[in-house]
Amino acid sequence: MAPLVDTRPARSRLRRGVSVRDAGPPIALLVIVLILSLLSPQFRTMGNALNILDAAAVLAVVTCGTTFVLLLGSIDLSAAGVMGASSLVVAVLVENSRNNLDLGTLGILIAVVLAAALGCVSGLLVVLLKVPSFMTTLGVSAIGLGVATLVFDGVQPGVVDPSLRSWATGRLLGLTYLTWIAVVCVLLAWFVQRYTRLGRYAMAIGGAEEVLALSGVRVGPYKVAVFTMAGAFYGLGAVMVTSQLGSGLVQSGASYTFASITAAVVGGTLLVGGRGGVLHSTVGVLLLTVLTNGLVLIGVSPYVQGGVQGLIVVVAVAVAAAPLRHRNQVVK
Amino acid sequence: MSAEGVIAQRSPSVVLEVRGLVKAYPGVKALNGVDLEVRQNEVLGLAGENGAGKSTLLKTLVGLVRPDAGEIYVRGQRVRLRNVVDAANHGIGMVFQEQSLVPNLTAAENIVLGCEGPAIRRGFYRWATMRALAQEQLDKIGSTIDPLARTDSLTFAERQMVEIAKVLRIEQRTHNSPVIILDEPTSVLEPSEIETLFEQVRRLREFASVIFVSHRLDEVLDVCDRVYVLRGGQSVGEVRPADAVAGELHRMMIGSESHEDHYHGSAVTRDETPRERLTVRGLAGATFRDVDLDVRAGEIVAVVGVHGSGREELCKALFGAVATTAGEVTLDGERLDLTGPRAACAAGVGYVPAERKVEGMVGPMSVADNMTLAKQRVRCAGPVIVPKRQSDIVDKWISRLSIRTPGRRTAIQRLSGGNQQKVILARWLVGGDVRLLLLDHPTRGLDVGARSEVYRLMRELAGTGVATLLLADSLEEAIGMADRVVVMSDGRIVAEVPCPPDRKPSPLDLVKEMV
Repeated sequence: MAPLVDTRPARSRLRRGVSVRDAGPPIALLVIVLILSLLSPQFRTMGNALNILDAAAVLAVVTCGTTFVLLLGSIDLSAAGVMGASSLVVAVLVENSRNNLDLGTLGILIAVVLAAALGCVSGLLVVLLKVPSFMTTLGVSAIGLGVATLVFDGVQPGVVDPSLRSWATGRLLGLTYLTWIAVVCVLLAWFVQRYTRLGRYAMAIGGAEEVLALSGVRVGPYKVAVFTMAGAFYGLGAVMVTSQLGSGLVQSGASYTFASITAAVVGGTLLVGGRGGVLHSTVGVLLLTVLTNGLVLIGVSPYVQGGVQGLIVVVAVAVAAAPLRHRNQVVK
Repeated sequence: MSAEGVIAQRSPSVVLEVRGLVKAYPGVKALNGVDLEVRQNEVLGLAGENGAGKSTLLKTLVGLVRPDAGEIYVRGQRVRLRNVVDAANHGIGMVFQEQSLVPNLTAAENIVLGCEGPAIRRGFYRWATMRALAQEQLDKIGSTIDPLARTDSLTFAERQMVEIAKVLRIEQRTHNSPVIILDEPTSVLEPSEIETLFEQVRRLREFASVIFVSHRLDEVLDVCDRVYVLRGGQSVGEVRPADAVAGELHRMMIGSESHEDHYHGSAVTRDETPRERLTVRGLAGATFRDVDLDVRAGEIVAVVGVHGSGREELCKALFGAVATTAGEVTLDGERLDLTGPRAACAAGVGYVPAERKVEGMVGPMSVADNMTLAKQRVRCAGPVIVPKRQSDIVDKWISRLSIRTPGRRTAIQRLSGGNQQKVILARWLVGGDVRLLLLDHPTRGLDVGARSEVYRLMRELAGTGVATLLLADSLEEAIGMADRVVVMSDGRIVAEVPCPPDRKPSPLDLVKEMV
């Protein structure tokens, strides 16, 4: 009888199956925070902690979107272009230095919806034309950059809208509004992942898409929905960047495509799909942000910072993947 | 439809009937007019060798394969099953051999997947409801698995229970007692787990009909009320375990005709005193242990065993492709390095994998590229490919093995299966240094003509002194080709049967050792 009797407590819920791999990134984060705290008195101040959270906010929001696409087993390279388009659209729709429009919140909403629409296009291309997401999202990114360049039209639109500007400057309980937005996004994304059909099916598609299809589920619509949702997160991220920069820039999202994928993977949301999740990815975001912040504070030359950060990321991923290795494994 | 009336009169308790089912694939007739009848609350066994048509039949019953001809009736109603959901709506569900659960979801989600009902409202999960729904299914089979455990944290046996619970959900759709198909459910279970599964099957019989498929005859006889025997895509008989013995069943499975003569014409004369070439002592790995084995130069040794006997892994281990934990292997007296395929290649070991299209060849690459894949030096000067050397050696082997291809530049995927297999064999011959060939189902999926060419080739190679370890597709093939047959069961070698050309054992002699 032994193997079939389950004596473990019934209320263990989803926590069962938490492995070394899941625990690895949080432990790495703690260790790095500890080391940096020992090395730098400036690092271990409350003010710096708030700075780190503020600096992580945009990446956290963007990574929420990327995470769902990675859970599918797809990849999304469209963040840069989608964010560029949204950034310019929001900058010319709210009160700005270029035209007389002052749509306020509606302008922000339009920018986010535009981003979601671009995400939807990626999803439709993947599902209907069966083009790999790597190519479709790269193409959509280029389209987004094109839209952004058209709207930019040679003159940089400065954001005047006081409420949008206050996103980056206003504080509530010590945290900037951007930080609060990021916290809400992460919680919302986590809720979607944990408590909605969309989130759970995204997991299942990454885990075993054929099984889902064999159970009579049409997976296409869920894939499109995931790409659309990811686009919305990029759009919101772009609005946040625009608030920080005070103007709409074509290149406002340029660094976020790979930063968000890196953060997700470092946190344990693997590229194979179905592994990790929003909270994992958020740990990855914090890990990257803490590293960037800490390396500056302990006085690592800016010339080697990039290299050191890359090295730490590669080591972290190699350690996390170690238990999965086997002989003759094919890695691409 | 007068036929329906007839069925209804003849035996009212028949829940599923199959008549004259035919399914042909290029080169083979997988089903050749199968008739089958499943009655209410019975456990029906399906027995048959590899290739007898069992899995095609099962796939037809759950709508994964569409038959070319023949009819399926559920409770007297003619049905057409287009997909798994269709089958489920008619009350037919299958527990797949290679498990079909989403590993990163909870057991509960898997059980209700695609048919969540009240567990998801407007796209939002209601975990408590889902848990209760799943618990209801698990209770039916008396399982105590936590419904909220992640599926990949469960053991294989536990996952099987989850699959059974999932299949039982089809009761909700039909409000009739379902037909549950168990495809080789015992192949990877421990003996104690098998006993639990059998209890489960007997419990299922209370409210469902079960089709139980297994390689192992003793199991079929143990748990089934009736057994159908399939051979060559036809049902060749029906047996009641009460009055049957395993031997009788086997005679039906294998058929009366003995191993055919055309491929074991072992006319090749060998050295009077053949040298030991491969010696294996105490080899152990994840699925086999204590393996002692000798193969002499020019000898063909076949390893037979049921699915899960560990013979495939043994074969891969000798090539260094799966890890070993203990043991010593020598080739011509020298220790063979088992740390990886590279070392094995260098030592003159060749391996023809069972999955030709996945592991055996690079489909879009040319015949020449595939043939020289393992021994690049035959076509290169240093790191550079010399076209003249390549064309000389490749053309030589194309003609020596009479490989039918438009040319050496043709992509290998455009060749027929038999010719592909010859190219893969040639890969080990071009170097001129092959001493041991490991052939994992070398004739799988080949038609009769291609098979006999591969057999002839194997004979020729043996004649030149190559030692061959063969995992045969069928017992007849093993007996026909081999000089010696080794029987594996549960990871160990349990018997060794000499197999000289003049005194071939019968398949039954081997089967006795296998079960």
